[in-house]
Amino acid sequence: MKPAPFTHHAPERVDEVLSLLVEHGDEAKVLAGGQSLVPMLALRLARFEHLVDVNRVAELAGLSRADGELRVGAMTRHRVLAGDPEVDEAVPLLARATRKVGHFQIRTRGTLGGALAHADPAAEQPAVAVALDAVMEVASGSGTREIPADEFFLGTWSTALADHELLTAVRFPVWKEPCGFAVEEVARRSGDFALVGVVCAVALGDGGVDRAGIALFGVGSIPVRAAAAESALLAGAPLDEVAAAAAAELEPPDDLHASGAYRRTVAAELFRRGLTRAMEEAASRREIARA
Amino acid sequence: MPERRIELVVNGERRHVDVEDRTTLGDALRDGCHLTGTHLACEHGVCGACTVLLDGEAVRSCLVFAVQATEAEITTIEGLSPEDGSLSPIQDAFRECHGLQCGFCTPGFVVSLTAFLASSPDPSDEELRDALTGNLCRCTGYQGIVKAARLATDRLNGRRIVETTEVPA
Repeated sequence: MKPAPFTHHAPERVDEVLSLLVEHGDEAKVLAGGQSLVPMLALRLARFEHLVDVNRVAELAGLSRADGELRVGAMTRHRVLAGDPEVDEAVPLLARATRKVGHFQIRTRGTLGGALAHADPAAEQPAVAVALDAVMEVASGSGTREIPADEFFLGTWSTALADHELLTAVRFPVWKEPCGFAVEEVARRSGDFALVGVVCAVALGDGGVDRAGIALFGVGSIPVRAAAAESALLAGAPLDEVAAAAAAELEPPDDLHASGAYRRTVAAELFRRGLTRAMEEAASRREIARA
Repeated sequence: MPERRIELVVNGERRHVDVEDRTTLGDALRDGCHLTGTHLACEHGVCGACTVLLDGEAVRSCLVFAVQATEAEITTIEGLSPEDGSLSPIQDAFRECHGLQCGFCTPGFVVSLTAFLASSPDPSDEELRDALTGNLCRCTGYQGIVKAARLATDRLNGRRIVETTEVPA
């Protein structure tokens, strides 16, 4: 249970990180919080000759808000996302989902960028990024590019990032009030990866729901956006029908922990609960705004 | 692999340790600093026995490499009890409430709870239980640990005085 030998690099600037990634190609891996990578190294599920540690790159951490978006530096730790009042106010779904990531000792060290780049299919934050249409900011030796969340996740532990690219920040849209959010998940134990989960965001307009973002996790190799359910919701369909229809479309995997059929049944209920809570929250915020 | 000499600040003391890049902080503390109170069990971040404080915050020392910890203040279980050899309030509560049997997981629980109570000084029972979920114990069934955590929290908030070795109900 010890990682195989590697060379540790501790650059302090993004350009140094990028040249190390170019120099070492697929023999290098970025080390962020290490809460997923180090277990994989210890279990010998992965092995790299070079670890490029970005913990000392100060410019990669921090929050800023501009133009209706919250920009979160890739090295911002879960502890900050879970506890910072600005995140709670601007992107409540991200704050609430982050409180369900691992245990508090994991959140001390783990980072948003690390969790997204690791792309575990049962993780909460990738689903939040997909549901809210977040945008990934990516840097490489040849410049920068942006990747929409729905194009970022390609499969289990697999993303659109190339070996020489670094995820530097993620931009989350700040939704217009009145809106409501919910995270629902079932895990075998507190802090474990979820068997199934759902994140829901809804915004109300004059006639009913005028924006919805819903994504499930633990039901496939990447977060699954419930696009058909969102359209049904915008068209005014009843919540129970939307939830049942969304779950019927899923083909969740069987594994040691649960069968696909079980996951689908649980997903339908979590979907119903999450959507109900998000709608109730949005409605109560509308009442507060009117009062 | 080549070793290099690094400097770690552990429990307020500067220590020089020879490590490989892949040496975890947990191994450096045990083998390099001979501070064997930090226990390594699963070595992949699940059990919590190796928890130490980095700048006051609880981390798994099996998931941090020693070379990453050179600019931090590290506190281990050895650094939590008073210098006269007595027990910290949390340690005292664990002893009184039978919060341990074999003791292997205990340093991780005590260190974790120390960090948690520093950031959330007066948690509810539910919050306290949630905070304990990151540490595994295979002996006690957790009831004694939960009681100990409650007793320590109440005492630190001045709600129960330290006077007896009686086990609370």
